[in-house]
Amino acid sequence: MDWTALFLSRVQFAATISFHIIFPAFTVGLAAWLCLLEALSLATGKSVYRRLFDFWRTVFAVAFGLGVVSGIVMAFQFGTNWSELSRQTGAIQGPLLVYESFTAFALEGSFFGVMMFGRSRVSRWLYFLSCLMVALGTTMSSFWIMVNNSWMQAPLGFSRTADGVFVPTDWFAILFSPVVWVRFPHMLLAAYLTSAFCVAATGAWHLLRGRFQDEALTMLRMGLGLAAVLVPTQLIFGHLVGDYVHDRQPAKFAAIEARWHDEQPASEVLIAWPDEQAGRNRYALSIPYAGSLIGSMRLDSREVGLADWKPQDRPPVAIPFFAFRVMVGCGLLMLVLAWYGGWQVWRGKIAGKRWLLRAIFLSFPLGFIATLTGWFVAEVGRQPWTVYGQLRTADAATPFLTAPMVAATLALFALVYAAIFAFGTIYIYRLLRSGPIGAPEPRLGETNPKRPLSILGASPGKQPDPAGQEPLR
Amino acid sequence: MIDFWLGVLALSIFLYVTLDGFDLGVGMLLPLVRDEPGRREMLAAVAPVWDGNETWLVVNGTVLFGAFPLVYATLLSAFYLPLIVMLAALILRGVSFEYRDKSVRFRAFWDWAFIGGSLVASFAQGAAVGALVVGLPIVDGYYVGGAFGWLSPFALLCGLGLCLGYMLMGAGWLAYKSPGEVQALAYRMLPKLLLGVLLFLAIAFVSAMRLDLPVMRLWSARPVLCIFPAAGGAAAILLAWAILRRRRLLPFLAAIALFAAAFGTLAVSFYPYMIPYSITAAQAAAPASSQAFLFWGAGIVILPLTLAYTLAIYVVFKGNVAAGGTYGDLQSDRAPLLPRERAPSRFGPLSKESKR
Repeated sequence: MDWTALFLSRVQFAATISFHIIFPAFTVGLAAWLCLLEALSLATGKSVYRRLFDFWRTVFAVAFGLGVVSGIVMAFQFGTNWSELSRQTGAIQGPLLVYESFTAFALEGSFFGVMMFGRSRVSRWLYFLSCLMVALGTTMSSFWIMVNNSWMQAPLGFSRTADGVFVPTDWFAILFSPVVWVRFPHMLLAAYLTSAFCVAATGAWHLLRGRFQDEALTMLRMGLGLAAVLVPTQLIFGHLVGDYVHDRQPAKFAAIEARWHDEQPASEVLIAWPDEQAGRNRYALSIPYAGSLIGSMRLDSREVGLADWKPQDRPPVAIPFFAFRVMVGCGLLMLVLAWYGGWQVWRGKIAGKRWLLRAIFLSFPLGFIATLTGWFVAEVGRQPWTVYGQLRTADAATPFLTAPMVAATLALFALVYAAIFAFGTIYIYRLLRSGPIGAPEPRLGETNPKRPLSILGASPGKQPDPAGQEPLR
Repeated sequence: MIDFWLGVLALSIFLYVTLDGFDLGVGMLLPLVRDEPGRREMLAAVAPVWDGNETWLVVNGTVLFGAFPLVYATLLSAFYLPLIVMLAALILRGVSFEYRDKSVRFRAFWDWAFIGGSLVASFAQGAAVGALVVGLPIVDGYYVGGAFGWLSPFALLCGLGLCLGYMLMGAGWLAYKSPGEVQALAYRMLPKLLLGVLLFLAIAFVSAMRLDLPVMRLWSARPVLCIFPAAGGAAAILLAWAILRRRRLLPFLAAIALFAAAFGTLAVSFYPYMIPYSITAAQAAAPASSQAFLFWGAGIVILPLTLAYTLAIYVVFKGNVAAGGTYGDLQSDRAPLLPRERAPSRFGPLSKESKR
């Protein structure tokens, strides 16, 4: 691979957006999880739900803050590195991103504040409503992002002027494209599952350490119980997303399957080493007929191979191929853990099975890995196009960027993000480790809704609070 | 519709420059105070508002993208290096604001990240404005200047000037918000900064004449526009008077008026161009279908809500910071005020503090 400005810009975008997606993937699910806890607390009046709510609310605030901070860059990178893309598609992508950021601000401005500081100031139902609105806001935010990305995957509702500029002609078609409505739930479920496994893993962790029995068991029961329902649903939506890829982006589909030549009936490559130079697979293990079955739900369908496209029109094969298998592997692992673990929780025997608790504890990254690899499949598989079939990635980049310029900014981002990420992770880890100890309500005097990171806890440099709040160490 | 979005953009840029301007200025003034309680007071003066101030930057970016994609694409790529350095500086500054409070060992590091981030971000913004005044090398709507096409002595001068201007607003804000020694420091700094800003404006004016910048030709052709610089002069006199009389809020307001005059001066010099003097608002505007799609949701519903919220936060957090860096008027529910900490020297005693 040549270290061109184009390649480095792609690496920079991939790195910054991958770093960013980790936090929304977590917070979209956590917001919904907090709603559920608050609803259960309202319905049953049990104090354990309230303690869990307060505990996860703090984690949510920190992750939310890191998501906002890392998201600022995204609002500018379309212009800095992809000026041709923003020049040509700005009339469509720009308004969608305006709605995304404005939705996020409107939400942040009103209901996030109530959720963080308003417990004692508003009625219980209004408080619950605020939690719902925060969850709705994060969900809407991801909706706009998915509309934008789905338009890049399957562009529609536009015409192009003589100089190549995309003009929106049908916003309804853009917003209600069938592609949006399979990919948006797929992303939403991914976020829910990521959070569900983090919750279950935290429960398993505290149970292993013999602390917070009540809370830990509740986290395990709810996390695994939700996952037991959500994982199969996600598999169905994953299949639907596969159907749209099969029909609308056949080259991507062929790359995911590492299918080089047309086959009828097609076999399914389970695992192999795709050799892109030679245009064939090494060490392939495949199942006859399964490729046709997966692609078209028939045993004898004809499935297209990459050789149908000129080499410059083919996506890379190795990344979509392996990333897809890692994603599916994570999904299946989650299914096993959710069903077997859920069954053990239901029988009341989970506390005795330490190996299972350890496995669930270690499962916390599964959702993050699956989400990231899923995006790798979607984005790398779309290549060599930025707007599928319309605008090539090579033509979307800022024309005058040089490799040293992009290398310098890439290094800068790497440094800054490494510092933020290291410290942010340590704080979240400390929070999760200290467990649901019943932290006091954050007070408006010390912080405010626009500073979610500051809700974390008192500063170690300050005098201990007279009210007895222990500083976080 | 184009005028509506041009107005929204002008408003959000002005809000960003004045609001984030003063908290960036406080960041640059931070090294003047060495003791921890003093630093806490300074940070507490901007803590409730800085993050909300910065959201206006994202509003600027996305509104530009949605309503004027051509300007978004051209400007952001032309300012590639300074813009990305500015973003990195703002991110680092944003998190150091919180992280410094959570750690003791790394506090000196995060403080320098905060100071450096504020300085770099302010300088980059000023340099970008200066480069726009000089004019970017643009041919047929495409920027052709390469990595450093924006760089010129005039741009660097403007970078320095904006740093001074932001510090002036920052000092004004501290004079209004802070108690005791920090406020005294702010009053000591205000006249120096005002002189610095006026000196910068004089140098900028002379060099603009000597460079024969297109801005100056416009000004000699339409002298009626001089109302903005005249207002700026009045604001400067008001500011000097307010400093002499030790007024509390007035120095800050006068500094904002000075900024408003400068902003208005630049705006009328650029109009109807968005990138002077090559791309106009009408050329850059997104098609009507995009403008309308934006108007009916973001424009007349969400934007007013965001404005109202910004206002509300400033009303909630009005009043002064208590000694030691918390809000006095919000402390009624926690009886004894925090005892003022011993003033430690910069590095050593901080680690002792952690062992308490």
